[in-house]
Amino acid sequence: MPLESIARVTGRGVPLRGEDVDTDRIVPARFLRAVTFDDLGRHAFEDARAEARSRGTLHPFDDPRYAGGAVLLVGRNFGCGSSREHAARAIAKRGVRALVGESFGDIFAGNATALGIPCACVAREDGDVILRNVEVEPATMIEVDVDRLRIRAGEREFAFHMPVAVQRALLDGAWDPIADLLAREAAIGATAARLDYLRWARPKAETE
Amino acid sequence: MGRSLFDKVWDRHTVGELPDGRTQLFIGLHYVHEVTSPQAFAMLDDLGLGVRMPERTVATVDHVVPTDLPMRRREGARRLPFSDAVAEGMTAALESAAKRFGIRLLAAGSETAGVVHVVGPELGLTQPGMTLACGDSHTSTHGAFGSIAFGIGTTQVRDVLATQTLAARRLAVRRIVVDGSLGPGVYAKDVILHVIRSLGTSAGAGCAYEFAGSTVDTLSMEERMTLCNMAIEGGARVGYCNPDETTFAFLRGRPHAPAREAWDGAVDYWRSMASDGDASYDGVARFDAARIAPTVTWGITPGQAIAVDERIPYPDEGQTVADRSVIREALEYMKLDPGAPIAGTPVQVAFIGSCTNGRLSDLREVARYLSGHRVARGVRALVVPGSMSVARAAEAEGIDAVFRDAGFEWRSPGCSMCLGMNDDRLVGDQTCASASNRNFKGRQGSSTGRTLLMSPVMVAAAAIAGAVTDARDVFDMRPRSNPDAS
Ligand code: SF4
Repeated sequence: MPLESIARVTGRGVPLRGEDVDTDRIVPARFLRAVTFDDLGRHAFEDARAEARSRGTLHPFDDPRYAGGAVLLVGRNFGCGSSREHAARAIAKRGVRALVGESFGDIFAGNATALGIPCACVAREDGDVILRNVEVEPATMIEVDVDRLRIRAGEREFAFHMPVAVQRALLDGAWDPIADLLAREAAIGATAARLDYLRWARPKAETE
Repeated sequence: MGRSLFDKVWDRHTVGELPDGRTQLFIGLHYVHEVTSPQAFAMLDDLGLGVRMPERTVATVDHVVPTDLPMRRREGARRLPFSDAVAEGMTAALESAAKRFGIRLLAAGSETAGVVHVVGPELGLTQPGMTLACGDSHTSTHGAFGSIAFGIGTTQVRDVLATQTLAARRLAVRRIVVDGSLGPGVYAKDVILHVIRSLGTSAGAGCAYEFAGSTVDTLSMEERMTLCNMAIEGGARVGYCNPDETTFAFLRGRPHAPAREAWDGAVDYWRSMASDGDASYDGVARFDAARIAPTVTWGITPGQAIAVDERIPYPDEGQTVADRSVIREALEYMKLDPGAPIAGTPVQVAFIGSCTNGRLSDLREVARYLSGHRVARGVRALVVPGSMSVARAAEAEGIDAVFRDAGFEWRSPGCSMCLGMNDDRLVGDQTCASASNRNFKGRQGSSTGRTLLMSPVMVAAAAIAGAVTDARDVFDMRPRSNPDAS
């Protein structure tokens, strides 16, 4: 079941300054108290947004100038910390379809990929230029071209990188790998067969 | 050319190459918990899929469990419901999925309850040479046994449930070598905080960290778990130590360790998976244990750490623009002054627990020094054992009494104030001396709460002094007897 190919994401930007923005900040743990992902959009950056309000400023996600933005512009090590997929989903529910930043937490980037959201790594200076560009001119269109590994921001173009396998998965519409994983039933069985440790266990003890 | 443990384990578990070039990797053991996994069972239902190897899947409930309950909260075979309705709903959802798919459940309130990264190893489920996954970033903990353990997101939890495999990219392997003896009052926690402080919080991106060197060789399994637990805080999704006699001795006789007939073969396999002496690495970083002091974080990332006798940095001490901006942000959030010593920073809460430092040896080490001391007035001090079995063993040794006498609350096991998903939370901008692993903004349940990470012994010292202080002074620590020292 091939999915849609993600070759290009185009939209306005949402400039989110800051480094080491962890997944606790993206979705504070108290909003993980649920068995579904349904309510997450509302809680994205909830504490950071409240903090901004209390200073009389607006968090980029509340700033009408950036409303409807599809490309989230971030700094270094975005999405570090916990594995909660809630973080990537909360951002997706706010309409974000691609991220551009200096670097990303590994697990976050994997979670975003599994949702079909490219995380594009750019040189620090380039990221700054794009971010400032959007702050000054929020209508700037940003295009993340996964095929050519280029970002166009207004008139300028920048290179970005992402792991080759991730790029291919996005282009091939295989970013959710479940179909490919299921397709190799026999090979999975063969791998299990050569792992002796699967058979060392004592008989299954009573489950409490 | 020799190979690293990472490469050996990876190759042995490779099912094949996916069309996009990623590896389809077999996962030998899968832990699931109530926060990140119920949604994955719902995804299975949507796709009409089942659980491929329920016998290789183990469920725990730890993040939301209240810790103010009597230790064992059951009536016959039935668990008594939590009064927290949301926690109850999340727990019940996981329990029913476990039942429906035939997955072993280490049930809340039972003797096998506890934080997944504490109970898995203590039951002998985690073993060398395995691949392992859990929808939790601190799954890296299990690498202490020489397994390759991945923290994964919920969609990947679904993948592992359905196929017992993951789509993964091979990681680079970076060797973190620590040599020499640790001084008195210096622990595995200080080592890992020091490593992260030195290398940075994103240096491990795309890497597995192999911890090695004479210091690591002499660490106990519980200390190695502390080390690997926080590999993720350095950006490394995987951290591991090579299995050795310490590992085998720890596993022998545990409920899920290999049966007696299989033991020798198991040890042979485990030994064979250890990194070869001439293995090549994608980088080596070396540290001298003697130069590591009790270490404390002052900021909002685990890399913002300093020795207890150092001063809080000024923004212009950051090496890059990004570092300087995070220092500024941290100073403001933490309400700390640059240039001030970290020692003397007042704390209102002290927390000992979590999958980093909530194990028996952690509690024992604190109890060794705690008798005769009292928690300072105005400080709330909590001990939350990492598991029921830690709690039981500690109680059998009278450790609970030592903590209670000193003014600590002795609570029942769970994640608790490590992330504040139950009622154990900071209030307002309280500052907490914490033996956990993350000092992110808002991490301990209050959006303005402040966390200072440190070893459990340093937490105890802070609780007693009411402020960050050098535990070596408070507890008058003598150098550890060291036969090599002159
Ligand atoms: S103790 Fe803390 S870090 Fe460990 S699993 Fe629980 S919440 Fe996560």
